[in-house]
Amino acid sequence: MRQRQASQGARRAREFEAFVAGAAGRLLHAATLLTAEAPDDNPRARRLLTLALAHTYARWHRLRGEDPYDHTRQYLATRFARAAWHQYGGLGRARPHPDSALAVLAPQERLILVLRLYEGVAEAQTAALLGLPTERVRTICDRATATLLHPPRGPAPAVVPTKVVSS
Amino acid sequence: MNRAEREAAVRRVMEETPPSVPPELYPEVMRRGGRMLRRRTAARRLLWLLLCAAAVAFFVWAMVARPWVEPPSETTPPLTGW
Repeated sequence: MRQRQASQGARRAREFEAFVAGAAGRLLHAATLLTAEAPDDNPRARRLLTLALAHTYARWHRLRGEDPYDHTRQYLATRFARAAWHQYGGLGRARPHPDSALAVLAPQERLILVLRLYEGVAEAQTAALLGLPTERVRTICDRATATLLHPPRGPAPAVVPTKVVSS
Repeated sequence: MNRAEREAAVRRVMEETPPSVPPELYPEVMRRGGRMLRRRTAARRLLWLLLCAAAVAFFVWAMVARPWVEPPSETTPPLTGW
């Protein structure tokens, strides 16, 4: 019994290590985009990813059939959403770093943009994960795209006509 | 710019400068994950133990008290001097 448990633990550690080696880079990039930190100084993103991966490790043997990458990403997203909600209006706790690509966006816009475009999660799935209507996800995604491509201080009026033409 | 082009441009913006994974990430994950797993195992064991203890206690109480046996009547006057 004990021996079987030990061998099961060793197999779990091996499989999990392979999974982390393959997925950590991409997930850390996604987490860094979410927290809007500089790529070489991202303590909050690392903490977020560590928590998500530890959670996946703890559930590894009950994950049969479910994609561990999917599970980790889901946990990462919900955890970030909850943290962003609690820190909303917090004094400078989560100020975006100017080096980040998504520094001009709000936390929710970053979350939806990363899930939809960086990770390529379907619109309906994103909506279900965040508990929002699908139209709202599309609206926020479009708005975030426009803000990112045409920052507010740039030629802001150019955003509206392109949107009308494209839709 | 149509929607596909805009999305491709945003993807390009997001793909640049990927962060490097720190080597201490994996040991930290294992430490936290292992702790989480041990705690869950301990909690599950404790709950099973509680359940077993409750079942045993109920069985013993039922054997002692025998609540299904009709209690002797206490309202009939005792039959004396017959």
